[in-house]
Amino acid sequence: MQPLGRSRAQGTHDPAPSRLNYRMQRWLLTPGIRLGLRVGIPFCLCFAAASGFLANETRRDALTDFWAELKASVEERPEFMVNLMAIDGAGEDLAEDIREVVPLDFPVSSFDLDPEEIRAMITGLDPVKTATVRIRPGGILQIDVTERVPVVVWRTWDGVEMLDETGAHVADLPARSARPDLPLIVGRGADKHVQQALTLLATARPLGGRLRGVARIGERRWDVVLDRDQRILLPEQNPVRALERVLALNEVQDLLERDVAVVDMRLGARPTLRMSEVAVQEWWKVRKINGSGQ
Amino acid sequence: MTDLYQSQRAMRQMRRQAMQRGVVAILDVGSSKIACLVLRFDGTAKLSEDNSIGSLAGQSGFRVVGAATTRSRGVQFGEINAMQETERAIRTALQAAQKMAEIRVDHVIACFSGANPRSYGLDATVELEGQVVTENEIARVLADCDVPEYGAGREVLHAQPVNFALDNRSGLADPRGQLGNMLSVDMHMMTVDAAAIQNLVHCIKRCDLELAGIASSAYVSGISSLVEDEQELGAACIDMGGGSTSVSIFMKKHMIYADSVRMGGNHVTSDISMGLGVPMANAERIKTFCGGVHATGADDRDMIDIGGDTGDWEHDRRTVSRAELIGIMRPRVEEILEEVRARLDAAGFDHLPSQQIVLTGGSSQIMGLDGLASRILGQQVRLGRPLRVHGLPQSATGPGFSGAVGLSLFAANPQDEWWDFAIPVDRYPARSLKRAVKWFRDNW
Repeated sequence: MQPLGRSRAQGTHDPAPSRLNYRMQRWLLTPGIRLGLRVGIPFCLCFAAASGFLANETRRDALTDFWAELKASVEERPEFMVNLMAIDGAGEDLAEDIREVVPLDFPVSSFDLDPEEIRAMITGLDPVKTATVRIRPGGILQIDVTERVPVVVWRTWDGVEMLDETGAHVADLPARSARPDLPLIVGRGADKHVQQALTLLATARPLGGRLRGVARIGERRWDVVLDRDQRILLPEQNPVRALERVLALNEVQDLLERDVAVVDMRLGARPTLRMSEVAVQEWWKVRKINGSGQ
Repeated sequence: MTDLYQSQRAMRQMRRQAMQRGVVAILDVGSSKIACLVLRFDGTAKLSEDNSIGSLAGQSGFRVVGAATTRSRGVQFGEINAMQETERAIRTALQAAQKMAEIRVDHVIACFSGANPRSYGLDATVELEGQVVTENEIARVLADCDVPEYGAGREVLHAQPVNFALDNRSGLADPRGQLGNMLSVDMHMMTVDAAAIQNLVHCIKRCDLELAGIASSAYVSGISSLVEDEQELGAACIDMGGGSTSVSIFMKKHMIYADSVRMGGNHVTSDISMGLGVPMANAERIKTFCGGVHATGADDRDMIDIGGDTGDWEHDRRTVSRAELIGIMRPRVEEILEEVRARLDAAGFDHLPSQQIVLTGGSSQIMGLDGLASRILGQQVRLGRPLRVHGLPQSATGPGFSGAVGLSLFAANPQDEWWDFAIPVDRYPARSLKRAVKWFRDNW
């Protein structure tokens, strides 16, 4: 048996780990502890160092300032500065409006510009159909605008306004007579069917100066309004076809030159005429004279 | 009996836990070295595409991630005789293996070779309650085996059913689900000294480890060094270790006999040490580098420095011829092999259909051993090395590691043992009272 109290200073080398050493190693090999040592301790150290540094107010401010300076020094290089705004494709008024809604005081760094936001702002204007915004080399904010072209005048109870071919609002008018070159449409919901109105107006071109405009009735069908209070009532389906029939009749029989108040085409199988009051009286008189007695 | 049953079940439970965690250590406590492997289990092995068993015989479900060996201390004849020393050696090996694996291991499966293993053949026959053989029926027939008086102070280490017979059909590996009337079983039971197991358990407990299984190294070295057809047709595996030589006989993939001879390589070394008057370390070196068992004419002229550390020039420059060395080694090796022959004869090995004998273990590397062994044991002798397993380092592929490798295979797919089947209900002692109480509680 070996002596119980063995001293360490003994010459023989014992390769066996002591119990403490063995337990320590096993503890360190435990997965949780290993992860803690590998990730947790570096994290804690970094965190402690960072919080220690930031605990001081002046150092915190210095860091913020340093960062702001660094950022500014990059952003304010002349290569990144935008000096002026160029607007193409817009009229005088519109360009003025755009300059008004895009509140930029040049020179400004291109890092502070958000072209997408500017574009949204510009397309939000009524007369603008599309817009592209980009920063051109040379420090120019280039804005290309496509304006909406007004094609009809729409009169409502609220006033008179111009619409483009999609029915979008372009601008208000003080009076119909401000734009006599544009055709007139009226009626609630007419702006949703500007395309159809335009086709009708194109079809009705042979009527020339007699055409006053088209009216949307009951938000479902169109009337063509002529001077002398004449109206052509068109059906919901195929109004163009019905109008063409009326025009053909007019060509042959001068229908609309006569004393007719309303040409009702709403039922395609049974076109109806309404004569004016005077004409009916006249017709009755003629029939009495002729004595046909029918 | 129930006590042992419970402790073995507890170890199986522990093994299941270890498999779930995926890491288990293998500890081969030998007389000359302690080997420790750390295994990682990564799911069950997949079969190859054509559904054949792969190159590793389906044993690829685990991987060796750490391996370490250390000189054994305090172990003699495969039994622990100085616990403190053995505990230190186990700690050394385990620490090195853990360090290599970079994983903490909590469960360990151990094997040892000594402790006087003794084999018993048991059998039992029962009449089946139903027509079909169920798990319960198997448990019943296993419990029906009448256990011989194996003496106080001994413990059952393995109890494996090796053969089932149903009516007239014998040689069934797994009778579950088959139809019949009479079910009989042959079981191989192996007992060892309880003190040896207790010592080992205590050592492992003191290393803060949980024991997840314990096996005899005769059995596990047979698993690793016998190839499949040898296990099937019948073969003996002789594991020549440092302090003891274990013998196991396999038949139909089951161990049917195990024994051990309390002599091994250390005795050869001590013979050399005594015969030549050199320290054990020198004797071991001389044995390893120059040893042999067949002397030829050239060996008379082959002079070996046997060295010494006394400072006396004459004493330290002694030489012996290799023939002299062989003259010392051969009688001892012959004695070991004669003893093994006697054990095999006692087991009736010569009645087996196949007489294959496989020599493995560290001492089987003595040069010319196969020639000597075939003269003593029979013509069909070969030197066996352990099966290759995933990740095993090159240094641990020698025959000295067949125990450790076999234990890894055993850990991965253990054979069904007696305690893997539930105890039949009527065998529970002091159960009836509990059942009465339960019945009362359930019904009132």
